[in-house]
Amino acid sequence: MQEVELQDILTAREDGDYIINIGPQHPSTHGVLRFVVSLKGEMLEYVIPHCGYIHRGIEKMCERLTYPQIIHLTDRMDYLSAHMNNEAVSLLVEKATGVEVPERVKYIRTILSELQRIQSHQLWWAAFGMDMGGLTCFFYGLRDREKILDIFEESFGSRLLHSYICPGGVMNDIHPNFQKRTKEFIKYFRKKLPEYDELLTGNIIFEMRTKGMGVLSKGEAISYGLTGPPGRASNFACDIRKLYPYSAYDKVEFKEILYTEGDTWARYKVRMAEMWESMKIIEQLIDNIPEGDFTIKMKPVIRLPEGEYSQRVETARGELGVYVVSKGEKTPYRMHFRTPNFSNLFVMNRLAAGNKIADLIAISGSLDLVIPDIDR
Amino acid sequence: MNSVGKYFSDIFYGLKSLWKGLMVTGYYFVHPKQIVTQQYPENRKELKMFDRFKGELILAHDENNFHHCNGCGICQLNCPNGSIEIIADSVPNEDGKAERIIDKHIYHLSMCTFCALCVKSCPSNALAFSQEFEHAVFDRNKLTKVLNQPGSRIKKEPKEPKAPKPPTDTVPKSNPAN
Repeated sequence: MQEVELQDILTAREDGDYIINIGPQHPSTHGVLRFVVSLKGEMLEYVIPHCGYIHRGIEKMCERLTYPQIIHLTDRMDYLSAHMNNEAVSLLVEKATGVEVPERVKYIRTILSELQRIQSHQLWWAAFGMDMGGLTCFFYGLRDREKILDIFEESFGSRLLHSYICPGGVMNDIHPNFQKRTKEFIKYFRKKLPEYDELLTGNIIFEMRTKGMGVLSKGEAISYGLTGPPGRASNFACDIRKLYPYSAYDKVEFKEILYTEGDTWARYKVRMAEMWESMKIIEQLIDNIPEGDFTIKMKPVIRLPEGEYSQRVETARGELGVYVVSKGEKTPYRMHFRTPNFSNLFVMNRLAAGNKIADLIAISGSLDLVIPDIDR
Repeated sequence: MNSVGKYFSDIFYGLKSLWKGLMVTGYYFVHPKQIVTQQYPENRKELKMFDRFKGELILAHDENNFHHCNGCGICQLNCPNGSIEIIADSVPNEDGKAERIIDKHIYHLSMCTFCALCVKSCPSNALAFSQEFEHAVFDRNKLTKVLNQPGSRIKKEPKEPKAPKPPTDTVPKSNPAN
C-alpha cells in the first residue's frame, strides 16, 4: 500500500498530467464524496478519496443521548440498511443488560433485515446499471423496490428511516397484512429477478466493462478490511450471519456466496446471488413467526453496567461494529461505529489506479458506497 | 481461422445479448397496463396513506375539543432533538388545589425526525401521527405549530379521579436540548 499525499502528487506531476476532482457532487458518487484523481491522458495514476462533507458527528451526539434515542441516529448512517443499524445497537443494549428478547422479535428482526438487504441490493443494481449507461435498470430496480417500501410503510409508518427496532423488541407489532404482502412480494420478485439478468447481466457492453476490472486478491481484501459483498467477491468468508449468528440466523439455512475472481463482475454476481439467498431466508421464516409479545418491558431509563461492549451485525454492505464504553450512566461514555463503507472506500486507489477514468465509475459503483455511512 | 471464427461469434453473441435486453423493454412497451407509475399531483384526491404513516405529530382532539394531554412533559424529555416544547400553567381546580394544565404544546416540525419516541412514551396516549405528508411552506416559521387547539381542555376520566400523576416538577420549563 502506497502512502500518497495530495501535495506529493501536485509537486511530482509531470507535463501533461492532470489533477481532477470527481465530485463532491457527481451523479455516480451517490452523495457528496470527492475523488481527487491524477490523470495521465485517460489513465488514472492515483485516486485519493476525500470524505467528510456530510460529517455530522453522530458518535459525539450519541454521548448525550440515551440508548433508545441513539437508535434514530443509526438510521441516518447507512440509510439503506436502517433496520440492521437499529438492530446492532439494540442487540448491544440487550447483551449488556442481560435481557433475552422473545422468539417473535428475533424472527421479525431477521425477516426485516433480509427485506432491507433485498431493497438495498435492488437500489444498488438500479444505480449501478445507470452508472454503466443503462437508464432502464434504474426504473426497473426502483419499481420492485417500491413493493418492499410499501410493506415497510404499512407496518412501520416510514419508508427509509424506520427507527423500528428498539432495545427490548420492536416499536409496534407487525401489521396484520405484513405476512401476506411479504409472501406476495417474494412470489412477484422471483419472477422479476431473472429480468434483471436478461437486462444487464448478459449484456455484452456491461460484461466487457466489468470482467477483469479492479481485481483484488483475498489477502489484500483482508488487509484492507473489506467486508460484505466486495470482500466475499475476493473469496474472503466474512459473513457475520454465518460466523457469529444473531437473532434467528442460526435457525435458517442459507449459503454464503463466495466468488474467487475478486473483480467488479464478481462483486456484481455476489449481490445478485445474495438477493436469491435473502428470499430463501424470508421464505423459511415468514410462515413460522411464533406468537408472543413484540416487545418486553424495559426499564424507563436504560443504564448499561460499567464496562465495554461491542456487537457486530452484517448490513447490506458489510460488517457494522458498534462499540460502547459505559460508565454506568444512561448515556454512553464513548460510542464508536465501525462502518463497512469507510473501509470499503479506501480500497479505491488500489482498485482504480492504472485503469481508465470511465472504469473509476464502474469500480466505485461495484463497491456500493453510501456516503453518510462513511462520514457519519 | 479460429480467431476469425471467434470474431464473428463474438459479434453474434453481442447482438444476441443486446436483443435479449430489448425483449424485456419491448415486453413492457406492448404491455402498458403493467406500468405502475402513479401520476402524483393528479391523483391527490385518491391518494391515501397507510394508517400507521408518520406524517406529522398531532394532539388528538375529540369532537367536543377535549384532549388527553396533562402536560407531564415526558414526550419533551424523550425527544432526541428538542422538537417538542411544553408550556404549562398551574391553575386551581374546583377543589382549590393547584393543577397543571398545558398552555401550549409547541411542536417544531422542522426539527422532528419522526422517530415516534414521543408517541410511544406518552403515558396518556394523547399524541398520535397524522397522515399529512405535504409539509412544504414558504416561511419556516409556519413549521412551528401549536398542537392544542384554542379553547381545548383536558378530558377528565371520571373513573379514576385520583390516578397517580407522573412526576411533573422535574420537567424543565425551557427546552434543554437546544
